[in-house]
Amino acid sequence: MALVEVKGVSKRFGGLTAVSDVDLTVNAGEVHCLIGPNGAGKSTLFKLIVGLYPPSQGSILFDRVDITAERPYARVQRGMSIKMQAPSVFKELPVRQNIQIALQDRVSGAERISEEDRLLTLLNLTADSEKLAGALSHGQQQWLEIGMALALKPQLLLLDEPTAGMSPEETFKTGELVKSFNAEGMTVLVVEHDMAFVRQVAQRVTVLHLGKIFAHGDLESILQDENVAEIYLGKTHAH
Amino acid sequence: MFKLLEGPQTLGRGKLFWSCVLAVLAGALVYPLFADSYDVGNFAYFLIWIFMALGLCLMWGYGGMLSFGQTLFFGIAGYGYGVLAINMGGGTATIAALVLSVALAMIAAGILGYFMIWGGINGIFFGIVTLSATLVLAFFLGQTAGPEWHIGPARLNGFNGMKGMDPLTVGDFYIEGSALYYVMIALIVIVYLALRMLVNSGIGNVIAATRENPQRAEMLGYDVRKYQLLTFVIGSGLAGLSGALYTSWGQFITPSSIGLPAAAMPIVWVAFSGRSDLTATLVGSFLLLFGFQTITVYSQQAALVLMGALLLATVMLAPQGFVLGIGKLVADRWRGRRRDDGTVMAEAGRLQSEES
Repeated sequence: MALVEVKGVSKRFGGLTAVSDVDLTVNAGEVHCLIGPNGAGKSTLFKLIVGLYPPSQGSILFDRVDITAERPYARVQRGMSIKMQAPSVFKELPVRQNIQIALQDRVSGAERISEEDRLLTLLNLTADSEKLAGALSHGQQQWLEIGMALALKPQLLLLDEPTAGMSPEETFKTGELVKSFNAEGMTVLVVEHDMAFVRQVAQRVTVLHLGKIFAHGDLESILQDENVAEIYLGKTHAH
Repeated sequence: MFKLLEGPQTLGRGKLFWSCVLAVLAGALVYPLFADSYDVGNFAYFLIWIFMALGLCLMWGYGGMLSFGQTLFFGIAGYGYGVLAINMGGGTATIAALVLSVALAMIAAGILGYFMIWGGINGIFFGIVTLSATLVLAFFLGQTAGPEWHIGPARLNGFNGMKGMDPLTVGDFYIEGSALYYVMIALIVIVYLALRMLVNSGIGNVIAATRENPQRAEMLGYDVRKYQLLTFVIGSGLAGLSGALYTSWGQFITPSSIGLPAAAMPIVWVAFSGRSDLTATLVGSFLLLFGFQTITVYSQQAALVLMGALLLATVMLAPQGFVLGIGKLVADRWRGRRRDDGTVMAEAGRLQSEES
């Protein structure tokens, strides 16, 4: 069943068309990766789905409801949760309070504290829970933001380059985390450059090129697609 | 609920802090027994402005919105109180006039805030728009000297200001002098504690989150515009409370209490004190008002120059505020000493157990 349906969406910035007539479906329960070379329009499409940009044309449906005109907070209330490309945490607030802000509308009292502890342990941030979020390393801030996104218990987790700036070990661990959320039934849409990460987590892949859908299918078929290798992966990476 | 009196958004916790608060409160309560009535009235006058400072602290320090419009809402409520008290005939109706004038300021803040916040005005432009609205009101009231400018029997009187309204009254009892002082103390305690609870609550968490990163806050499902508007309305309402109490205290109000020099004052108080903490703002604003008043007796110009110099010194030397900085230093020293004491006790215990 389709959880997200992007129908004929375009986005123009003046004379530049960043996304052109894109159709995309993300099915419930899958990990769907959006890949493509620099300037392909991945982040723009991500921001259109999230609601940070209004589309120039087309519509976006979430769980069969048209959300095209809704602001980001309303989309989040419907069951989306978002992690942006650059770490976007509340830097002057303690780590625990960051998680608490994400949790407080869903759970309260002792249950909230126990959920905070669970997430801090999951993200390996227990020892740093009283530190200001701005004092964490880049990778830790990325995890904290993922934790904040998870705290909402979303139907759809949207991750924009979640491993940017992470070491290979941190990237692998993040991949395992994503797989574990998906195993619990969460749908995940990831924009990512790191092909090792895509190989680790993706079930379906959509390739964007020059603002249009270039190819889509399961991971194996995309990796074996010569045209995709030509425009993006580089032939040596395809196998 | 009382747990919210302490939390990550406010400095000061534990028995020592609350004992100090109670000691200061007790001192404030017995002060009129030892001071002459002029000094008590003067202290009541200083306390009037504390609400405006706390309101700005909430908006600027906690919500990240630098409003230059505190005297706009001070003026709306101040004039509102005058117009209502005169038209309603004084007496106990002045209490209703106080409540209605503060509500009027909050409604005005709601309207202005709605257009600014939903219009996407933020950062420095928030200050510019609120200052512009403040100056518009000050200039408008300045040209209302003619007899045609009246609301019922209440004449606005241009730069000479509005007068003739009753002070706050219950039955035949005028709330002036010591009585006004005690009302001020009670209101400050209520407002201070209520604001502590607000900023340490879930709403306060979102207000702080909106200051830190509004996009992230929205990505957590919060309509940050509503929280910003709430903060703006409460903060401006507190300025309105100062305005209505000021008019009631002096039984007059003029446009000069709204104009540019007056509008800059709350910024100086709160910046000097430490905008990110309510206690620092309360203490620092009171000290500055006291100092300003003392110097004004000798030279008003010198007092204004000193305020400017303090603002410059704050920006250059202690951007987080002097009072807050000193408070944190004392707290760190205290914690350090307790840690050292704890280490010594642990070491003594270890030696004792080794000996035994």
